[in-house]
Amino acid sequence: MILAIASGKGGTGKTTIATSLAQVIAEQSPLYLDCDVEAPNAHIFLDPEFEQSQPVNLPTPSVDENRCAGCGRCAEVCQYHAIVSIDGKVLVFPELCHGCGSCMRQCPHGAIEEIPSVLGLLEAGITPEGIHFARGTLDIGQPMAVPIIRALKQWDPYGDMEQVIRDSSPGVSCPVVETLAGADFVLLVTEPTPFGLHDLQLAVQLTEELNLPAGVVLNRDGIGDQRVEEYCRSEGVPVLMRIPFDERIGKAVAHGETLIEAFPEFQPRFHEVFARITDLISDHETTNQPVEEIMPASRCSKAIGS
Amino acid sequence: MKLALTVNKQADNPKLDRRFGRCSYFLVVDTETQKRAFLSNPGVDSERGAGTQAAQYLVNESVEAVISGHFGPNAYSVLDAAGIQMFAANEGQVDSLLADFHTGKLPHAVSQDGHRRGRRR
Repeated sequence: MILAIASGKGGTGKTTIATSLAQVIAEQSPLYLDCDVEAPNAHIFLDPEFEQSQPVNLPTPSVDENRCAGCGRCAEVCQYHAIVSIDGKVLVFPELCHGCGSCMRQCPHGAIEEIPSVLGLLEAGITPEGIHFARGTLDIGQPMAVPIIRALKQWDPYGDMEQVIRDSSPGVSCPVVETLAGADFVLLVTEPTPFGLHDLQLAVQLTEELNLPAGVVLNRDGIGDQRVEEYCRSEGVPVLMRIPFDERIGKAVAHGETLIEAFPEFQPRFHEVFARITDLISDHETTNQPVEEIMPASRCSKAIGS
Repeated sequence: MKLALTVNKQADNPKLDRRFGRCSYFLVVDTETQKRAFLSNPGVDSERGAGTQAAQYLVNESVEAVISGHFGPNAYSVLDAAGIQMFAANEGQVDSLLADFHTGKLPHAVSQDGHRRGRRR
């Protein structure tokens, strides 16, 4: 089972939930993927010893001055405006390049070759309790998270894993779409506040767009109002767990403890969440045709209006 | 000389749009004949790369100078490499900016990040 933990709003407790979920099934050797490549932090809680690493490269164009006739075809075909042609001179902006290869293929003079440009790093290690852990880290100054997440999903440092937990970045933009694509279930963590509700609605829309079954974890229950619960009821999105607002939880997390390390009494409730998710996935499979083709990542932000 | 100003609407004497890459229109003025024409900025709806796209467009249109509020680092590199002069203005209507331009009151824009971007071939 591939379980993605996402949210609309940031700071609702995705990593708090995801790390505890991984810990309650630690003996099944789950694979934990920290897909929040712009700010990975789950390693602080799970403490893996990193033992493998691999750079993530993007092929970007390099123009051979001797062959280039200055025709400007490369600049014309670049959908990302990463190449500019000025009176026979070519300027390349690697940070705008998506590595599609159009310029290289379309160059009538064979003057363009692709050279790898490093975007970030993948690392993997095993935690003391046996969780297989991998994360991606986007290099500082690099704007595109999606290629790192895609590489992380494909990496497989420990071979095929039965249980995979993907810890997403917040929001509903391209990196989140890439994290959710191919998952079996999406657990949306939110809080009962107006922002929590607003961003949950966007996240639920995204799971519908991707045809993925979803459930909600209501964190900091007791603050705010009832509108998140009312929304979930009216949309038919099940609330799978409620975690009460408790300053002690916040303090424990701030000290690098996971929720179930600090409060072991939550363990059975995380097991229950897994059981509910398994049921919900099989319900979803009986009522839906499997959808193989997901939205292309390059179109995702337009498609969901973010 | 073909001079472009970044503006947000087609009007008689529109206000300057301070954004180079994301302005709606370029008002192109022929400084000899005073003829004016509005060109739609193809970069306005780009997810990313608006600056390079808009700058490439002005290069193709043989514009020789631009007045805007802020040139992003990529756009700056392109316009600089093309030898297009960049003038900076904070705000104002087109007519008064043109008067300032003709009397040499507009300062040249400076690169925002201090170094040239873009990899030359």
